[in-house]
Formats: sequence, structure tokens, C-alpha cells
Amino acid sequence: MKIRILALFAVLMMGAALPAFAQGTAREPSVADEMAIQSLLTGNPVHGRITIPDQRAANLIQPQGREWREFHNVTLAWVGGIAVVGMLAILTVFRMVRGRIPIEGGRSGRTIQRFNVFERGNHWMVASCFIILALSGLNLTFGRHVLLPLVGPVAFTEISHWGKMAHNFLAFPFTLGLVFMLLLWIKDNIPNGTDIRWLKAGGGLVGHGEPESGRFNAGQKGIFWITVLGGAAVAVSGYMLVFPFFFTDIQGMQLSHIVHSIIAVLMIAVMVAHIYIGTVGMDGAVEAMTTGQVDLNWAKQHHNLWVEEEMAKGRGAAPPASAKAAGAD
Amino acid sequence: MARMKFLLDSDRCIECNACVTACKNENEVPWGINRRRVVTLNDGKPGERSVSMACMHCTDAPCAAVCPVSCFYTTADAIVLHDKDLCIGCGYCFYACPFGAPQYPRIGNFGSRGKMDKCTYCAGGPQADNSEAEFIQYGANRIAEGKLPLCAEMCSTKALLAGDGEVIAQIYRERVQRRGYGAGAWGWRTAYRETVAI
Ligand code: HEM
Ligand code: SF4
Ligand code: SF4
Repeated sequence: MKIRILALFAVLMMGAALPAFAQGTAREPSVADEMAIQSLLTGNPVHGRITIPDQRAANLIQPQGREWREFHNVTLAWVGGIAVVGMLAILTVFRMVRGRIPIEGGRSGRTIQRFNVFERGNHWMVASCFIILALSGLNLTFGRHVLLPLVGPVAFTEISHWGKMAHNFLAFPFTLGLVFMLLLWIKDNIPNGTDIRWLKAGGGLVGHGEPESGRFNAGQKGIFWITVLGGAAVAVSGYMLVFPFFFTDIQGMQLSHIVHSIIAVLMIAVMVAHIYIGTVGMDGAVEAMTTGQVDLNWAKQHHNLWVEEEMAKGRGAAPPASAKAAGAD
Repeated sequence: MARMKFLLDSDRCIECNACVTACKNENEVPWGINRRRVVTLNDGKPGERSVSMACMHCTDAPCAAVCPVSCFYTTADAIVLHDKDLCIGCGYCFYACPFGAPQYPRIGNFGSRGKMDKCTYCAGGPQADNSEAEFIQYGANRIAEGKLPLCAEMCSTKALLAGDGEVIAQIYRERVQRRGYGAGAWGWRTAYRETVAI
């Protein structure tokens, strides 16, 4: 806004000077000057012709750099900081109020298969990529305020360089894993009526008594869609940044970066909550992704409809041809 | 201390590219990197104008503000320099710079841009003044020798001025008063948040 006012001021000054020019040997301000002032007013780059191969150099002035700077240094830092620190604060309060969510009635000792080895492997591929992408990304936003004073400039450059390399290359297994995730789990993540009841009952997180739920409850479905859709947005914008100026120009690069980093920090905040509830926050949850076998009581408590489905599958299954009725021989 | 600036009088620039050549030669700038360039606006139309542009050594420099590894520093003469040993080639300074000044050895797919290079105002870099290491990494250090940037020194029409902001603004002011017109100091509003009042 300030730029625009200044530019407007310049136009007015030129206007005032015009009569003086008209009388003497002076000439009117040239078309190019007007072009420049118009561009400043509308916030567009001042663009010309250049005799070197690098056509990006034909942009004489790009005022958007200022907005991008404001975004990167102020907006992103605040949004990211508030999202991540805020989520940690919420989780701390939640922990103090609710404590670790126990398995009601304790462990049964019997287990049921929740995720097979491919599902678990894929989950950990995405998760480990995500963590490294998140840390190396946050390092670009906050590292120079947090890490640089601790380790010094030389070590910090080394860390940031490898972080950047990791960020750029782990993007590929991360995206691949997202595609597998989508294919594996979408059928259990379509929102339905059970989700509305689950949400109305506060998901069992507030109050007591856990509402009914299928293989994934509404909260987990939310995590799924945030991962898939947010991940897709982060991946597309990220690839624009990995292949600079291949798909777009300077403004497109700035926009890609804005979309990428804002969605990324919000996803990080969501994943902090996901990690908490999947590990230390809830008794019996982490086994789903380690051994793949969860305790039956845990499963009944959190995913009763799914347990019934699985059990029904077992009951309804046709016996093998070699099976004989009990006591038949 | 002086506050070093560039001033381009576009009423004088004839797009001869002597400044570009001088810069390339003096600093042995590799192929593909252009620390200085001449952009022609409204080419072939009435009111055509050429502007020689390099790093303007901005006040409160945007490049320095966004650099994730904080590798920029400002000299006592307000020249904006950076440390190539610390740069990670992320390209952020190019996104923020209003003048497209930062340059990279490569386009940079998969983050392979290499170390950023830009106009040093012929003031070298953080290495010892006029050492071989400084020359290889950053080019000449004319400032340490008491000289001004070669681009402006070589400018055949003296459209490009380099030196203390006050002094070059005064030269420009006198010019405009004498000839009765002037398009203003190119980029000053953006780089220094001020313009030359005539
Ligand atoms: C999926 C593919 C992804 C690609 C292709 C990608 C690529 C990039 C690139 C090229 C940059 C610019 C800096 C650099 O060169 O390293 C960047 C910045 C960033 N990335 Fe990613 N990224 C991806 C996923 C993610 C994920 C999953 C996260 C978060 C968990 C993330 C967080 C960030 C953040 C926070 C920044 C910006 C930091 C800043 O500018 O201050 N990225 N990304
Ligand atoms: S012109 Fe660009 S590179 Fe030079 S100081 Fe200003 S922002 Fe930095
Ligand atoms: S390319 Fe180098 S100098 Fe430019 S912002 Fe990135 S690390 Fe800093």
C-alpha cells in the first residue's frame, strides 16, 4: 500500500511539473516512465527487452519481492509458530485434564490384525519422510533464529545444506507413499452417518463413553484427508520449487512457496497431534503400526463396528474343503 | 562514512553495454552469470529507454532479510555483501530481490543452483582484501584500493553513477536542472525508499 501511495505521489508530482515542461525545451515524460509508474501503481513488474539469454533478467523491477519477504519473514513465522506451539499447548492441557487414555477393562490378551505389513511399511515410509521434510523445512523458516546461534554459521550451513538436499529428494518417496495411502485406505475413509454421531459425541475425547466407529473414526478420517489433500497441495507446489522457473515465472515461484510453506506448517501442527494420540497419548494404539496387532479390548473400545465386521468375516467364512465337523471321526 | 549507491540516469543511457562488459571483465564473472545487465523498455517505440541495472545495495536489503542462513552483511559504506561459504543456494534472495540481482551458476533443479553470485559493488567479499581467494570467489575489490565500481567508471555517457548517495544525487540534480528534464533516479524509491528531489 505504501508503495502505491508513493507511486501515486510521484505521478501527481509529474503532473504538476508538466505545464513547466510544455513551455520550454523540455519534453513530456516518456512512455517508458509512464509504463514504470503504471506498473508500480498496479503492482506489476517493469518488464523490458534484454540481449542476454537469461530472459528472467528482462524483469527490471518486481515489487512483489517485498510482499514475499513480508510473507516469509512475518506471516509464515507467526502462522507456523502459533500453529505448532499452539498445538503443543493444547496437547499439554489435554494431557493434564484427561491423562493417558486407558484401555477400558484392561487388555484382553487376545489381539486382532489391524494393519498388514504393507500398510505399516508404507505408513512408516511416509511418516519418516514427513518428519525429515518438516524438520528441514522448519529449519529454513526458524533455523537461523533457533539453531544458528547454538551451532555457529559454518555448522549451520552444513546442516541446512544437507537438510535442503534431503528435502528435495525425500519429496519423491513421500509422494509415492501418499499415493499408496490413498489407494489402501480411501474405502474406509469415506465420511458417513457414523462420523456425524461420533463428532456430536465429541469423539470420546471430551466426556466419557466412546461413540461407535468403523475402521477409522471421524478424527482419523480427518487426518487421512488432511494428509492426502494437504500432501497433494504441498507436493505440487513443492515440485514447482524443486524445478525452479520450469513451470512458472517469478510470481508463480513466490506463490508456490507461499502455498507450500503455509500448508506445510499447518500440516505439521496436525501431525503433532496425530503423533501424540498414536503413541504416548493412548494406551494400546501404537501397536497398530508396530506389530499390526491390536488388543481386542482396545479395538472394541475405539472401533466397535470394525471389530464386528472383522468377526463377521471370520464367522461367515467358508470352511476349507478338508474341514470336518467336530467329532466326525 | 559514505553511503554508497548506484544512480542510473535513463535520459543518458544508450544501451552500449560497456558497464556489462566492464563488470564481466574486471570480476571475471563466469558465462551465464550477469551481475549487471541493460534492460530496454518500450523497445523501438516512442519514449524507448534503457536502464542498466545490478544489485542496488538496498537499504534494509530484502535479500539479507529472507536468507535462511543469514549469510549477508553490510559494510560500513552500506554495501550489501554475502559469504559464499555459507550460502546454500536456496534461491530465496532471488525471490525477494526487487531487481533480480542474485545470480546462480545453474538453474537449480533438485536444489543444485550452486552459490549465489551478485554485484559486490567491486568490494570483494569476506576474504582478506585483494587476496587470491577473494578474487576467485567474488572478483575485484576496487573499494579496498580506493576506487569506485568499474561499470560506472567505464560508462561512456556517465548515465551510470556510483559513489556516495549524497554526491551522485547532487550531480544528477544539477544535470536535471540544467537540461530541464529527468526521468528520476531509477529504482531509488524501491531500493532506498527515497527519490532525488529536484
Ligand atoms: C512432497 C513433496 C515436497 C517437495 C517437492 C518439497 C519441496 C520444497 C522446496 C523445493 C522448498 C524450497 C526450499 C528448498 O529448496 O529446500 C520447500 C520449502 C519448504 N518445505 Fe517442502 N517439499 C515437499 C514436502 C514438504 C512437507 C511434507 C513439508 C512439511 C512437513 C514441507 C515443509 C516445507 C517448509 C516449511 C518449507 C519452507 C520453509 C521456508 O521457506 O521458510 N515440505 N519445499
Ligand atoms: S538489489 Fe537485490 S541483491 Fe541487491 S541489496 Fe537489494 S535485494 Fe539485495
Ligand atoms: S541463495 Fe544463498 S544467499 Fe541467497 S538466500 Fe539462499 S542461502 Fe542466502
